[in-house]
Amino acid sequence: MPETELKKIEAIIRPEKLQQVKLALAEADLFPMTVTEVRGRGAQKGICLQYRGKKMEVDLIPKVKIEMVIRNDDVPRAIGAIRAAARTGKFGDGRIFVLPVEQSANVRIADSVTEDG
Amino acid sequence: MVLDSGDTAFILICTALVMLMTPGVGLFYGGLVRRKNLISMFALSFVAFAVVSIQWVLFGYSLAFGPDIGGVIGGLDHAMLAGVGFDGDGIPDLLFMAFQMVFAAVTLAIITSAVAERIKLSSFIVFGFLWTTLVYDPLAHWIWGGGWASALGILDFAGGIVVHISAGWGALALALVIGKRAGFGQYGMEPHNIPMTLLGGALLWFGWFGFNAGSALAADGIAANALVVTNTAAAAGALAWMGASWINGKPSSIGMISGAIAGLGAITPAAGFVDPASAVIIGVVSGLICYYALLWRLSRNLDESLDAWAIHGVGGLWGTLALGIFAVAGIGGVAGVITGSPAQFGLQLIGAAAALGYAFAVTWICAKAVDLTLGLRVSEDEEYVGLDISQHGESINA
Repeated sequence: MPETELKKIEAIIRPEKLQQVKLALAEADLFPMTVTEVRGRGAQKGICLQYRGKKMEVDLIPKVKIEMVIRNDDVPRAIGAIRAAARTGKFGDGRIFVLPVEQSANVRIADSVTEDG
Repeated sequence: MVLDSGDTAFILICTALVMLMTPGVGLFYGGLVRRKNLISMFALSFVAFAVVSIQWVLFGYSLAFGPDIGGVIGGLDHAMLAGVGFDGDGIPDLLFMAFQMVFAAVTLAIITSAVAERIKLSSFIVFGFLWTTLVYDPLAHWIWGGGWASALGILDFAGGIVVHISAGWGALALALVIGKRAGFGQYGMEPHNIPMTLLGGALLWFGWFGFNAGSALAADGIAANALVVTNTAAAAGALAWMGASWINGKPSSIGMISGAIAGLGAITPAAGFVDPASAVIIGVVSGLICYYALLWRLSRNLDESLDAWAIHGVGGLWGTLALGIFAVAGIGGVAGVITGSPAQFGLQLIGAAAALGYAFAVTWICAKAVDLTLGLRVSEDEEYVGLDISQHGESINA
């Protein structure tokens, strides 16, 4: 087994930051991505809205998930770009996961099981 | 006075047509906001309709159409609809009251543009009650209820001043008081459901036949003229806005329907006074100036969110003045500048300026009063989560 040269980035961010994150990644020369609208919560268990005598929990908040498969060397740049563009400093800014990728095959091109897809 | 069954039947139907415009505004606005605020945006129109329906019966109708007091307001003789009965001039007084009620309601619905995605529901109810009492009712009295403007001869066939200038310029004042949406100008807030906006616009166009033709208050030739010029101006406005936006990029469907509403707003005051050829010009000019008003609003980073000002305020202002330019004596008994009588234009200018100033100033005061006592805005967290969940406990995400 060759050592994995590819990594998958899964970034959960605020939906309204998607545009800026895409721009920041493009400036870092990172283009391919898959984007999904998701809902989720973090350690704060969502947002608790306070009313007079009544609480209302909003425990799943709309987020956007960006998935990218990139070279190992590009991971710090990707994380840096996403963080710079998506950070507000408040709870709910999101998380970035980095996972190993075994293979990446191009659907269009046969015999293209390569590390850089 | 003798009742006319044909007129009565016609105005009954027109009242229902105009009622449909209020949910039409709700759909139009609902499609333009982000998904988390759709229920809120639609609900604000229903709330506006309900609040005004009650206020109108309690004393609103009387303030607008009661016996004149000093040219500025009606007396409370018709409070709780006292003396508003089955008799009337052509149509029952009760029906006239209902027809005017649906106008008052849609006007408050239009102004919700200014507070989209950030208003506290309870505060809107209070503001709406104040606004329809202190802004709409006096203006309706000035122009239609025997006040000073109608005494001077200022004309407004179906509500260019009373509905569109008041809602549009009121929306501008309201937007300045409540402030921008969080994140406005920092990231996109694209419409989440364009077909919904188109459907709402279509219902407005449809309902507008009742709005303008019904304002003849009779099933006659003037009503037919109003219907024809209404449709003509809507079409001309749609094509003009489309063309203007085409030059800057793709001709968006939202631009097209916005242009139609610009044309509709502009023809409203003039519908009983101008011919179809003038309606083309009124519609085209309205489509163009409202488009550029919207661009100006965006360039100034003003968050009058859904453009009641740019479309209703500017279009209604233009139409009110256009009446003084294009009126033909053979239609509504009044001549404009083109047919050699500049006097009406001067009157229209006075009426428009007075209404605009009054609507802007008093809306600002009402908004400020509610803001200082109850707070107009939801909290930052509530705004972020969206008004559907925070104000209604509902969500369109299953």
